[in-house]
Amino acid sequence: MAQLKVLVVDDESGIRSGVARILGNFHVTYPFMDEDYTFSIHEAATGEEAIEIIDRDMPDIMLLDNKLPGIQGVEVLEYVKKKNLDIVVAMITSYASIDVAVRAHNDGAIDFIPKPFTPQELKTSIEQIAKQLYLRRITNTLKVEGRKVRFQFLSVLSHELKAPLNAIEGYLRMMQERQLGNSLDDYASAVERSLQRIESMRHLIMDLLDFTKVSFERHLENMQEISLNDLVSMAIVTVSPYAIHKDISFKTDIRHCGKIWADPNDFEIILNNLISNAVKYNRTGGTVTVTVDCNEDDFTISVADTGIGMNPDEREMLFEEFSRIKNEKTRNISGSGLGLSIVKKVVELYHGVIEVKSEPERGSVFTVMIPKMQVTNIQS
Amino acid sequence: MVKNSFTVLIADDDPDYLFQVAFYLRKAGYEVVAVESQAEAEQVILKMKPDIAVFDLMMESDDSGFILCYKLKRKYPEVPVILATAVARETGVSFGLSSEQEREWIRADLYLEKGVRPEQLDQEIRKLLKL
Repeated sequence: MAQLKVLVVDDESGIRSGVARILGNFHVTYPFMDEDYTFSIHEAATGEEAIEIIDRDMPDIMLLDNKLPGIQGVEVLEYVKKKNLDIVVAMITSYASIDVAVRAHNDGAIDFIPKPFTPQELKTSIEQIAKQLYLRRITNTLKVEGRKVRFQFLSVLSHELKAPLNAIEGYLRMMQERQLGNSLDDYASAVERSLQRIESMRHLIMDLLDFTKVSFERHLENMQEISLNDLVSMAIVTVSPYAIHKDISFKTDIRHCGKIWADPNDFEIILNNLISNAVKYNRTGGTVTVTVDCNEDDFTISVADTGIGMNPDEREMLFEEFSRIKNEKTRNISGSGLGLSIVKKVVELYHGVIEVKSEPERGSVFTVMIPKMQVTNIQS
Repeated sequence: MVKNSFTVLIADDDPDYLFQVAFYLRKAGYEVVAVESQAEAEQVILKMKPDIAVFDLMMESDDSGFILCYKLKRKYPEVPVILATAVARETGVSFGLSSEQEREWIRADLYLEKGVRPEQLDQEIRKLLKL
């Protein structure tokens, strides 16, 4: 259990004691957090007093009224900013004073709690702040430890997870309030869309699991002789319900090097992602061709489709996390935007490269090239 | 004041969110122009002057909302802009405003968390339109 110090700066003693009462037994949990946060409350009636407490006790969160008897709230905020203190500041204010809001925002206030607030409003704000504080700190720690987990990643991730939830919640509320009519038929498209959003969220979660499973280290204990023929067949079976639906046919051509020495999980990830993409972004009645081949130095897997293809700009961003190509043609295709970034990382584990050739409306070919040395059992 | 004399421009690449917000705002009596991308919104701005705009932050690029905000304000400085995003809280202070220079030109009138209830959005719009 970690405790966050909350400093309430308000000249109204009722607000201060109210906050103390509401947050006294409140705690915040978060999926990414190891432990809950609880809160201890410190009170200041003036800006001057607040600065004293800041210097002495270094609070984590400050709830700051702007209208104070002496120096104003924004000046306290400027003090925090000037000293570069790690305090999350939320202004207790009314939305009406927009210039104060703008100035406070520019000085780093992250939230505005309208006054008067209900206990629930305060709790919601504090919850958001605590989560943000947690993310900010963990990012700092990770930076200090030199580990490469990016803040960007977490924030985009939370965006990607929240967007479908918001959409589904919105449709459910429409149904609850009978906004579109009284018959179930009036909600057919709302239900359909909700199911699609759930489906894409499921994809994202599966990809995330892949993402965590791949620790982006090679597990030597998992290395074994694997048959690419089998893995390709398995990947095709996995995607076949969708492929049948789109009337896609498969061609496989395992020329040489059908057996390699590698971690089967890694190659499952590579093949599953490339083959399912080749189906997803294909046209109805199209073909997917999987070729496995090798020359003296390299071993190659290539997956070709006859689908919508990409232009050079789109190609460039393809392997970045969450970079889904958004256009009219991809609108109804669900995906997390993680698959290819995972594939790239796995391929790089084997010192390989992944390349793509593509032509709009003609199709794309993804080719993975891995040095033979990397997938040969040295002992044998 | 009759709301349907007011046009709200909404840009959001989440088709469901867009549909829902447009639905509620139309029901609340506004004229609504709803588009799914920064590019489309730019086209709309060239042709007409909305009374207020609600932009998603991340569309084709991570800062689409900011760019739209900038373009709209340059053409019609008096039109209020609400930036709606689901990332604001998690990314915290920055909103992607990394430099003073960016802060200079990005002037949204309000930042709203996505998932805000339709009544609240209506209320914020009315406040900004001084209705």
